[in-house]
Amino acid sequence: MTDNALLPLIDDTNEPFWRGCREGVLRLQQCPVSKRLIFPPRPINPWSPRDKAVWTTVSGRGSIWSVIAPHAPLLLDFTLLAPYNAIVVVLEEDPTIRLIGNLVPEVGAPINAISYDDIAIGTPVQIVFERINEYITLPRWIARPQQE
Amino acid sequence: MIKDRTAIAGIGQTAFGKQLPESELELACSAILNALDDAGIDRCEVDGLASYTQESNSEVELARNLGLGDITYFGQVGYGGGAGPGVIGHLAMAVATGQCRVGVAWRSRKRASGAVRRPWSKTSSSLQEELAVNYTRPFGVLRPVDEIALLAHRYMHEFGATRDHFANIALAQRKYANNNPDAQMFDKIMSREDYMTSRWISRPLCLFDNCLETDGALAAVIVSAEHARDCKQPPVFIHAWAQGFHGQHQTMQNFFCDDPLRGPSWATARQLYRQSDIQAPDIDVAQIYDAFTPLVPLSLEGYGFCARGEGAAFTENGNLELGGKLPVNTAGGGLSEAYVHGFNLITEGVRQMRGTARNQVRDATTCLVTAGEGVPTGAMILRR
Repeated sequence: MTDNALLPLIDDTNEPFWRGCREGVLRLQQCPVSKRLIFPPRPINPWSPRDKAVWTTVSGRGSIWSVIAPHAPLLLDFTLLAPYNAIVVVLEEDPTIRLIGNLVPEVGAPINAISYDDIAIGTPVQIVFERINEYITLPRWIARPQQE
Repeated sequence: MIKDRTAIAGIGQTAFGKQLPESELELACSAILNALDDAGIDRCEVDGLASYTQESNSEVELARNLGLGDITYFGQVGYGGGAGPGVIGHLAMAVATGQCRVGVAWRSRKRASGAVRRPWSKTSSSLQEELAVNYTRPFGVLRPVDEIALLAHRYMHEFGATRDHFANIALAQRKYANNNPDAQMFDKIMSREDYMTSRWISRPLCLFDNCLETDGALAAVIVSAEHARDCKQPPVFIHAWAQGFHGQHQTMQNFFCDDPLRGPSWATARQLYRQSDIQAPDIDVAQIYDAFTPLVPLSLEGYGFCARGEGAAFTENGNLELGGKLPVNTAGGGLSEAYVHGFNLITEGVRQMRGTARNQVRDATTCLVTAGEGVPTGAMILRR
């Protein structure tokens, strides 16, 4: 569904993140000194610039921090789906780490399957992964029960 | 310190509209000539030029077309709507330090003619130059309005802001524009119902939460305070100015930081007031960058007019209108006068200080002008 040009550009810096998505795990950079997580990935570790960031796998659990419903005018591929939802998720491990995504009822469902009106800020979510092509797998999010 | 050492001696603009026949270069030249006429300064005296990095006209092109002489200072400020007061401030520093004597700042744009590339409207390799878009665009967060809507909804959730608050801003500014014949929305009355029933752009933001699309140009002439006293217009002093962004700030995608609702305005305000005799309670009128309505309450908080989370409530009771606690965007702003990356906020600030604004705040002697919240930004305090 996603316009090719809007798919992420994989480079040396972010390759472990996108490989993680292909492998079905959420992998983020981490400062080896302070243990702080880093996102989006970058070449230099801002928390200790002389110490290279390491990659670590996190739970992929979080909660919805914000949600919007973009309406046209948009790029064609997104116009066809509009209005769809886009969410910001804060991670369980560190609520200052936020990821953008879409809430879906199940892996592979379109990003307009759940309407804005049915999405509450604070909803607990779990990452899932949708294969787009050979190179790109995008993270999506599904709601999870409040208490597990 | 830069305090009161320089002044804005002239301002100029073109018509604002859609499908203006002139090119961006012609618009820029005409705004600059108008500003020089306003100041009563001959173009051969211009020796400093400052603009936005997104400006399509180079200093060289302008100088060749306007027939300027030797230019001894030129510079640009980045980040689109974050640039305005910084562009003026750079010239103020250059004039105050003797790098130039007569500085001209300008912004020219044909946004409403489709002549300018919108980064989100078509595919482009430059789209990928920014690191963070890799993590937003694939999910359909494509446009500035989508990015601000994410912050706006969180702001509503966290602090109890409502669409009525955003409407307060849009309506106050429309009312100002309805009394400003230069405004694109001069003859378009808007009611609260119009606002509430307008189409969604990126929910929770609707059409009227968004700025206009404008063709037009503006310019300002900056000289030393002494020089300004000899010019045609009463000088409007640049009392203080500042730029700023906070640690881990991410331009437009500012959810990738610790505290997204405490944006670059806060860092800028701290530096601004540190060098200013005029503090927030002393400010009579404000021109606050308004590409989207939610930027106004966020900026009101950042610049200390109210506490964090109280920006929305600040818009109540006509506080932003004439006679209110802090008249804001008195020519109509980006929402209802023209959207030229905030340069029309600068010129309106100057008119308020001269006492010649269409919606003049009575006895106003101090004016805050800000650039965009959510990007590396800037602000300045003008005084009579």
